Amino acid sequence: MIGLGFLYAVAGLTFGAFAVLSIVQVPRRSGNALFYALIAVSFLLGDRLGDIGNGVLVLAIVAVATLGRRRPRDDKADSVEARGAWLFVPALIIPVTALAGTLLLARLPGLVDPRQVTLVSLTFGVILALGVCYVWLRVPPAAPFSEGARLMDHIGWAAILPQLLASLGAVFALAGMGDVVGRLIGHVIPAGSVFGAVAVYCIGMAAFTIVMGNAFAAFPVMLAAIGLPLLIQTYHGDPARIAAIGMLAGFCGTLVTPMAANFNLVPAALLELKDRYGVIRAQVPTAIPLLFFNIVLLYLVMP
Amino acid sequence: MLELAGIAVITAGFLLRFNPLLVVIASAIVTGLAAGLDPVTILAAFGKAFNDNRYITIIYIVLPVIGILERHGLQARARDLIGRIRGATMGRLLLAYLLFRQLTAALGLTSIAGPAQSVRPLIAPMAEAADEVQAPGESDPERVKALAAATDNIGLFFGEDIFIAIGSILLMKGALQGYGIDLPPLSLSVWAIPTAIAATLIHGTRLLLADRRLKRQRGG
Repeated sequence: MIGLGFLYAVAGLTFGAFAVLSIVQVPRRSGNALFYALIAVSFLLGDRLGDIGNGVLVLAIVAVATLGRRRPRDDKADSVEARGAWLFVPALIIPVTALAGTLLLARLPGLVDPRQVTLVSLTFGVILALGVCYVWLRVPPAAPFSEGARLMDHIGWAAILPQLLASLGAVFALAGMGDVVGRLIGHVIPAGSVFGAVAVYCIGMAAFTIVMGNAFAAFPVMLAAIGLPLLIQTYHGDPARIAAIGMLAGFCGTLVTPMAANFNLVPAALLELKDRYGVIRAQVPTAIPLLFFNIVLLYLVMP
Repeated sequence: MLELAGIAVITAGFLLRFNPLLVVIASAIVTGLAAGLDPVTILAAFGKAFNDNRYITIIYIVLPVIGILERHGLQARARDLIGRIRGATMGRLLLAYLLFRQLTAALGLTSIAGPAQSVRPLIAPMAEAADEVQAPGESDPERVKALAAATDNIGLFFGEDIFIAIGSILLMKGALQGYGIDLPPLSLSVWAIPTAIAATLIHGTRLLLADRRLKRQRGG
């Protein structure tokens, strides 16, 4: 069955190609090559390294990314013949294949791991688009990976930050951080006020999401601290409304935190913004009124 | 309570703009030690979680295709295209993208667009070009690109929960089940709709207001 193993092999080979091309093309900046090589090792061999081995690998990746001489290469490159509007076709092959694959592969059980259908379809789309580029644009075999490594250089260390933050979440969970924060927040609710309880629940979801970078980590904590004992059991609110609106209040927190690096810091790096927090700044004026809306909405739908 | 030191480390580290990778490692060590874990246990827990979360980093496999298309002028074509559409403005373009992202995410198609797949190669250059046409010489590419990335996130976040099989819906269902409350996923996802509409209205208004500000700049 095609699943994560296939995806990790493709990703590992891609990063392996980035590493080889980096060392060949800019040998003086071996930090870049080593960074990509270690990520390739993680993708290809991660399951055989054991937990401690993977821990050491993470430390090595962080050491290379922060100490190594990782700098983007010069963007000067030979100009190539510009193409017309047909260039959109390979770009659109990726989302169209992802869409078609998600819909079609669901009808062919046993072929693709059902939990990974979209990512597998996206990967098929990438391979197909790459094939079209080779045939139509007649580019040398290494050219796409050389260009990919150029974009990767712009992203730099931010590339690995989301995965690192997810790992920190696991350590937080192991240390029982959720219970600690939940107990603290439980102390600040004004007694007898439905609005107060709703407001603390929603703001707590957003605040805890800002700290953890992920509303998924905040939800079980806030449900246990306020949602269940107060909103559901004391005030008899509908669990579906409390859960759904609380989660969306958490998403408002995701919009304003650098801890949600894959949504907020990686795009800033990818778009080559000068301000690392530029995307967050653009999101704050939407996030704050939307959080307010969620508080009022949940209050209005409480019995 | 000592565990909170880990949160203090990460907050201070981000505020002081230390390298975030080092801040995360420092926070993990402080949190683990404060909770009485030994260093090897912390290292193993961190390594296991890192390995389990590799799927987060898969998305960069789109970069070779995007990179080679950019080298052949994809961003320039995206700019040309928007220049030929009459009445296209930065705000209207991003509003259309917001709706597209919300609707496709509501159907569970979260990966068909994103910062690497669509914003960098297509949406950001289109928005920049439209902005440049609206206010020649006054355009601020930094702000336009940031707004394009913001629109992508907002469309995704406030669309995806309408889909019944998305991760967060399954998480809520699971968490409530732990307390003996059994809910069909649909009952959760319908309550994502009011906030999705509010997100469209709030962010859409901001986008259209950005257009009007540009128009005033040009007039004045």
